[in-house]
Amino acid sequence: MYLLFILLFPLALGSFLLLAKPKNAFVISLTGSIIEAIAVAYVLIQSSQSPNALTISYPWIPEAGLSFSLWVDGINGILIGLTGLLIPFIVGSTANTEKANNPVYQGLILAMQTALVGSFLAKDAFLFYFFFEACLLPIYFLSAQFGGENRIAITFKFFVYTLFGSLFLLIGLIYVYLRTPGAVGSSDIDVLVETARSLPATSQNYLFLAFFIAFAIKMPIFPFHTWQPDTYTTSPVQGSMLLGGIMLKMGTYGVIRLVLPMFPLGLITWGTTVMIISIIGIIYGSIIAIQQKDAKRLIAYSSFAHVGLMSAGILTGSLAGIQGALYQMLSHGINIVGLFFIIEIIERRTKTRELAQLGGITQASYMLSVAFVVLSLGSVALPLTNGFIGEFLLLKSVFDQDMWMGIIAGITIILGAVYTLRLIQKSMFGNVSRITKEFEDLTSAEKMVLVPLVILVLLGGIFPQTVLNYSAESVEKLTQLLN
Amino acid sequence: MTAIIALSIFGISNLFLGFWLSRKTIQTFTLGFLAISMGLTVADWNHEYLWFGNMFRSTNTSINFSIIIQLAAFFVVAFSNAFGQDDEHTHPAEYYAIMLFSVVGAILMVSFDHLIMLFVGLEILSVSMYVLTGSDKRNLRSNEAAIKYLLMGAFATGILLFGITLVYGATRSFYIANIANAIASTPKESMPTFLYAGILLMLVGMLFKVSAAPFHFWTPDVYDGAPTIFTMFMSTVVKTAGFAALFHVFSGMFGGLYNTWALPVYFISMLTLVIGNVTAVYQQSMKRMLAYSSISHAGYMLMTVSSNQATTTSTILYYSLAYTLATVTAFAIFKIVSEYQTGRVEKPENFQAFDGLAKQNPLLAFCLTISLLSLAGIPLTGGFWGKFFVFADTFHRNITYSIIVAVLMSAVGIYYYFKGIIAAYFKTSEMETIQIPGLYKLALVISTVGTLVLGLYPTFVKTLF
Repeated sequence: MYLLFILLFPLALGSFLLLAKPKNAFVISLTGSIIEAIAVAYVLIQSSQSPNALTISYPWIPEAGLSFSLWVDGINGILIGLTGLLIPFIVGSTANTEKANNPVYQGLILAMQTALVGSFLAKDAFLFYFFFEACLLPIYFLSAQFGGENRIAITFKFFVYTLFGSLFLLIGLIYVYLRTPGAVGSSDIDVLVETARSLPATSQNYLFLAFFIAFAIKMPIFPFHTWQPDTYTTSPVQGSMLLGGIMLKMGTYGVIRLVLPMFPLGLITWGTTVMIISIIGIIYGSIIAIQQKDAKRLIAYSSFAHVGLMSAGILTGSLAGIQGALYQMLSHGINIVGLFFIIEIIERRTKTRELAQLGGITQASYMLSVAFVVLSLGSVALPLTNGFIGEFLLLKSVFDQDMWMGIIAGITIILGAVYTLRLIQKSMFGNVSRITKEFEDLTSAEKMVLVPLVILVLLGGIFPQTVLNYSAESVEKLTQLLN
Repeated sequence: MTAIIALSIFGISNLFLGFWLSRKTIQTFTLGFLAISMGLTVADWNHEYLWFGNMFRSTNTSINFSIIIQLAAFFVVAFSNAFGQDDEHTHPAEYYAIMLFSVVGAILMVSFDHLIMLFVGLEILSVSMYVLTGSDKRNLRSNEAAIKYLLMGAFATGILLFGITLVYGATRSFYIANIANAIASTPKESMPTFLYAGILLMLVGMLFKVSAAPFHFWTPDVYDGAPTIFTMFMSTVVKTAGFAALFHVFSGMFGGLYNTWALPVYFISMLTLVIGNVTAVYQQSMKRMLAYSSISHAGYMLMTVSSNQATTTSTILYYSLAYTLATVTAFAIFKIVSEYQTGRVEKPENFQAFDGLAKQNPLLAFCLTISLLSLAGIPLTGGFWGKFFVFADTFHRNITYSIIVAVLMSAVGIYYYFKGIIAAYFKTSEMETIQIPGLYKLALVISTVGTLVLGLYPTFVKTLF
């Protein structure tokens, strides 16, 4: 029942906001998202004590063997936790803007939360797919309605591109589902995994590609990323946070949950190729990020580079790789939300994101620059920040797989440092420019969002063990399937 | 069965009611008539009847199809606050009566057990449609559409009839079961060659009615020219009846010759998908876009016909219902918005006429969005499960190529359906609140909720089949 609550509560609240259009949407949405976060925390504690106790299952389309079943284990628990954790910050980041009390805006954020949580919670593959596609709708309306320049064309490209990708997932799922045992078949993820594993290598190879392309577009990894920088840049900042902070993880989650256990033979055939492509993406994304003039676009490309490493780590199929990817998903979510928010704060005050026009913000707001530096270092993966743990594990796993790939992927840390430090230097340090002269210090609402995020970056770097232990058992079970 | 008699009597009495009653009252009466006939149809549930010299068989499947047809007609009547631009010169009683008659034809088409009954049903439906298409009689385009439809339709009926004759010649019977038996008991070598010619001719005749490519050329012009309310009727009632009949003939009667007709149907379904979707992309007029979308949905339904699985009947039923609900909603909103915009904007039928709809008319924009999402096959809506069942059926036959084509075309479909959503939500205009009659609003809400229920809990109707 708890799972039903955390799934449906945001939707109920979001629908209320969308339909009743109350005046104080911000307060309702923030309170709701905090209640949701507490409920999620409770669910996670429960699930770590007694896994499977929370699993629920109702018949959905019994004639076709589809069920409405939800579960929490060590893998999706982290992502549900991430969603529950980040939404209050995302809602909080609207404070004191014209979007804060826009019930449609807040309602769409909450509706998005249900879709995200639903896709993570789903134990039925078609339920997963259902939410996987459904989450496109709120984010599409959010970005197309409230976005920046050229938003209609860009968000439309995003929508069609990602939906097109997920259709491959759909036909792949149907293909496996029709081969499940029993009179009506079943679409439970465990049953599908078992069925898919027994398929011959040729089918697995095709299916691996069909599934992987869907998730690769969602993440996105090279060469399916062309929608991403534009969409991240043009979306309103909360939209970018949702996209980069959480929705991207649906892709990586899908690879961990479905692709790895289902197609071990496909992984043998394609694993190396896809890892090489992911690593090309890392380098490619980093090099483009170095040349960006627009700060938000720079973050978008850096996210593209990070997700490439996650994908490469996951495809090693090793314990370290998957654990690292899960930890990195969490850290990346926190860091990117913080970074997007800082860019937004700068843009609110200076009306620009052009790095060339910024500079010297340290002198105006010391606190902002400290937060920026900490979050950036988390993104660069400096020891003692949360990014270090994940990237270290990921690089280790890639290195174990193939030394040269590990070395090339390791260059990301250097390239990452280059673009991140350039970003800090151009915006925070240097001479005060004409437009940063009258830069105002952080408001208390902005501090309320930034300070906890900074603390989380450090906490994540110092005490990673809680999270790693939480997922260890499930990930071990998964890696056993791969050997 | 009783439903057909009742509907015919209601239709005739409607003609007389026209002497005394206003349009609004007749509309209410017609809704009541349809509700009664639906009740009569449901009363036959779980009873199998044979009537008219065993030419008419009522089964649960035929009852399901009849209900969908009558439901579609019910929505069409509910949305019929005007019959085209020349409304004050029209004769509402006659049009409502003709609609009821054509529903009788459609019910015959889903319950026949004899090829003559199929032909009679098809003709009742078609002749009614020729009249209704031309009902906006001072509008040149309506007249043009009617004459086009009549000429092409008569030609197709001729081909169908020729096919029936050849099949009769080969099997010496008009009864579905007898023909199936004759085909099953005759060895393949001694089967006369003209039986295959007959099958092919019947296929062509019926594909024309469901507007599959390459027999679709009449569709855009006729859909575009006919008054919107009758376009709505044509694209739902005629299509559902056409597919039910097509599947009944080819699966029930020619099931033994699956290998003969499957390949043409399979290629035609792919061709229909490609032509329907790709052409729809270039349409500026929403009505024409919906016409091409109706062609493309014929492609999806043909896909499942060509797979000929045990589940195909229920897939066609589900798909027809989801498609019907979404289509009536889309056409209803198109109708009310284009009527409002006539005289206000240059081209009231184009997508631009929908710019900024959401601002003052959130209900209309919401219903439009749900219906277009359903037509595009996106989760939360009935259209998604429709596609899902179609893909599942097709996969059972291992026809992978057509699935790949269908997936590509689904992505293309999103492109043109979203034009409406983008116009409604993200463009701006001076549009004010549109006054919607209460009944109209109620019907809109019901059809939209129906689409959502189908999307969230498909079992709700799936168990009925």
